[in-house]
Amino acid sequence: MSETPLLDELEKGPWPSFVKEMKRMAAVKPYAKNVLLQLERSYRDKITHWKHGGIVGVRGYGGGVIGRYSDLPPEEMPTPEVHTLRVAQPAGWFYSTKALRKLCDVWEKYGTGFINLHGSTGDIILLGAPTANLQPCFEELVSIGFDLGGSGSDVRSLSCCGGPAFCQWSCIDTLDMYHDLTMEFQDEIHRPRFPYKFKIKISGCPNDCVAALARADLAIIGTWKDSIKIDQEAVREYAKQGVNISKIAARCPTQALEWDGKELKVVPEDCVRCMLCLSALPKAILPGDEKGATILLGGKATILQGAFLGWVIVPFIKADKPYTEIKELIRKILDWWDENARTRERIGELVYRLGMRTFLKAIGLPPVPQMIYVPRANPYYFWSPEELEEK
Amino acid sequence: MSGEKKYITDVGPPHYKDMVHPVLLKNYGKWRYHEYVAPGIIKHVSLNGEEVYMVRAAIPKIVSIYFVRELCDIADRYSDGYVKFTSRHNVEFIVTDKNKLEGLLKELKEKGLPVGGTGRSLKAIIHTQGWVHCHTAVIDAPGLAKALYDELYEYFTRDDLPGKLKIAIACCLNMCGAVHCSDLAFVGMHRKPPIVNDDIVSRLCEIPTLVASCPTAAIRPAPEKKSVIVNEERCMYCGNCYTVCPGMFIHNPKYDCISMWVGGKANAGGPPDFSRLAIPYLPNNPPRFPEAVQAAKNVIETWIKHAKPGERIGDWIKRIGWERFFTLTGIPFTDKHIDDFIFSVPTFRTTTNFKWK
Ligand code: HEM
Ligand code: SF4
Ligand code: SF4
Ligand code: SF4
Ligand code: SF4
Repeated sequence: MSETPLLDELEKGPWPSFVKEMKRMAAVKPYAKNVLLQLERSYRDKITHWKHGGIVGVRGYGGGVIGRYSDLPPEEMPTPEVHTLRVAQPAGWFYSTKALRKLCDVWEKYGTGFINLHGSTGDIILLGAPTANLQPCFEELVSIGFDLGGSGSDVRSLSCCGGPAFCQWSCIDTLDMYHDLTMEFQDEIHRPRFPYKFKIKISGCPNDCVAALARADLAIIGTWKDSIKIDQEAVREYAKQGVNISKIAARCPTQALEWDGKELKVVPEDCVRCMLCLSALPKAILPGDEKGATILLGGKATILQGAFLGWVIVPFIKADKPYTEIKELIRKILDWWDENARTRERIGELVYRLGMRTFLKAIGLPPVPQMIYVPRANPYYFWSPEELEEK
Repeated sequence: MSGEKKYITDVGPPHYKDMVHPVLLKNYGKWRYHEYVAPGIIKHVSLNGEEVYMVRAAIPKIVSIYFVRELCDIADRYSDGYVKFTSRHNVEFIVTDKNKLEGLLKELKEKGLPVGGTGRSLKAIIHTQGWVHCHTAVIDAPGLAKALYDELYEYFTRDDLPGKLKIAIACCLNMCGAVHCSDLAFVGMHRKPPIVNDDIVSRLCEIPTLVASCPTAAIRPAPEKKSVIVNEERCMYCGNCYTVCPGMFIHNPKYDCISMWVGGKANAGGPPDFSRLAIPYLPNNPPRFPEAVQAAKNVIETWIKHAKPGERIGDWIKRIGWERFFTLTGIPFTDKHIDDFIFSVPTFRTTTNFKWK
């Protein structure tokens, strides 16, 4: 009889099965098999069999490894240490097969051989290694050009969309900015010293393919300030092929588009850069020329007080190498957060608690209407003493 | 220290210029447009007329190194030794020679990897680690994902849904993943307060941090035993206290369950929105979670039947109204659906304009 009757059920069906993948490792590695058998046990008991992780890691780093121990007695789980390494991914998750193969060789030597490509933050997740293997595994990873990512109360591994590598909409060099900022913040990524986690994500245009706005404490999203660029010839070509241009114009949320059968006109100051017309007519419409980024702050999932979507703190910032302005802004925000936050208080919650007024003043950002949907409806606003004495 | 190898740290990730396909690098920032060729295949055309086909296939989130090596073999044969992954853990092959497409598709089919996930299709399901890795996992997200995928398979490989369909699964309220902004989402939930183990709490936990971890202030210090007391009436079982302190054991297989959420989205095509509660309780029923799978199918099929082209689940619900959503799907409305946490009042209806069913 099978040792994993419940998990076997998840080998059935047309979708590729993670259980099959785990079994391939279990067949050659007793260590991996122990993890598989514990998973079967969880399926039977309907409960996790992992305990809180202890502090494990590699020399010189505070983050990047998640400690994980089994709660089962040794006779049921002979190898209770099953730690996880987070390995920083190359920008945009691009790989040469040469690099990927080297990574597999190292992981074959030191761990279960289970991998996530990738975790939801973006790292390569190497799932399951015993304590004694962590240090040698890390050193060998470094020797093939890989490094750990973030975990715990630090700046987490960044992530970015593929941007200029294949996408005509990218208004910023996402890959280069990812790499540059990652190198700039190596210390903050590897050595947790902050109130809680801090996630930075970069998308090349408002389509926001990495969902930075919903998931990042600090989202950098490419945008443009001037008008979209319309190739009228290409629009007419679409029309000739039967594409209903009026209907697309009618779907513009701000009615910035008008199609008279010959020309598609835009009122640039009415366009909010929703990307709808660009997506509908990719051959005909492109972002404008005055490119840069919008920066949003505070996005996070529910824990603690509720989910936040990132909100605008800088509507437009130039985003050219070496990204000095963006780096300075991030450092200022990290410092202010570090000084003012309670333990496990994300930046969004801190700004919510102290108010945007305090935040903007501390960081030195000017208040602008792009930061809000509507002005306040209550009369409870503050004046500072300096403001009262101004003439 | 002579003779000792220097200890190297902080090298960062490999540089993208060594990882990106040379043809993509050559046309870097010089792309003109893209075109959907077929589900899963997008053609990118550069300003100087060069064409690249990106072929997207789904892979399980947990794979073996053998699997990764096989992907490398395929990439060596069809995309010049380069490969890319997406933010939803699909794999993409970068094909510069159109004549290689057929062979690649054939190999992916033989390997059982579905090609699709572009345009108005089911996107790869974002899910978290579950019982294979995490101590706070209420449900096994990978297992539920696999069970859902088997039922929804064809929606990944077709692109004729009303809009795109993004599904996310989190095994606990920590929500490692974008469940709070997905068209359809599942979250593992507890239904009983934690059981305080005074011994563990007093030995291993920092009391002020523990007290502060509770969103409803249900935890108060009990200095006489160097532990804490939980006001069970205020506890909404979020498990946050257990995340910070192992002495607040909250798992309870008898009562733990799955919740289902709908109508959220991230930024693309108009402002983002949160996922909203659709079903507060579904049984945690491994290995194939039939009740949860059925609940998802019900909402998806109702959406397909009633939505207008271009409408994602949230757009559709906004147009028809939530009262109509509950009528059409037959999902019972309960007191759990009415928010009573911090930001609740803006969710109350402040107009007499509504539908009866
Ligand atoms: C100790 C148990 C936990 C485990 C094993 C775990 C595991 C993971 C993993 C493997 C990832 C992907 C990481 C990456 O790609 O680098 C992740 C991401 C994430 N974690 Fe956790 N996590 C844990 C605790 C938490 C807690 C306590 C929270 C929140 C309070 C949390 C919230 C998140 C979120 C929101 C993401 C996704 C962020 C994004 O989409 O970028 N996790 N987690
Ligand atoms: S976010 Fe924009 S630039 Fe980046 S890949 Fe998506 S559509 Fe392209
Ligand atoms: S990008 Fe959006 S807002 Fe701007 S013109 Fe196109 S459809 Fe209208
Ligand atoms: S969602 Fe919860 S249980 Fe799942 S991996 Fe994240 S913290 Fe762990
Ligand atoms: S489970 Fe959540 S609500 Fe209940 S005591 Fe713990 S932190 Fe508070």
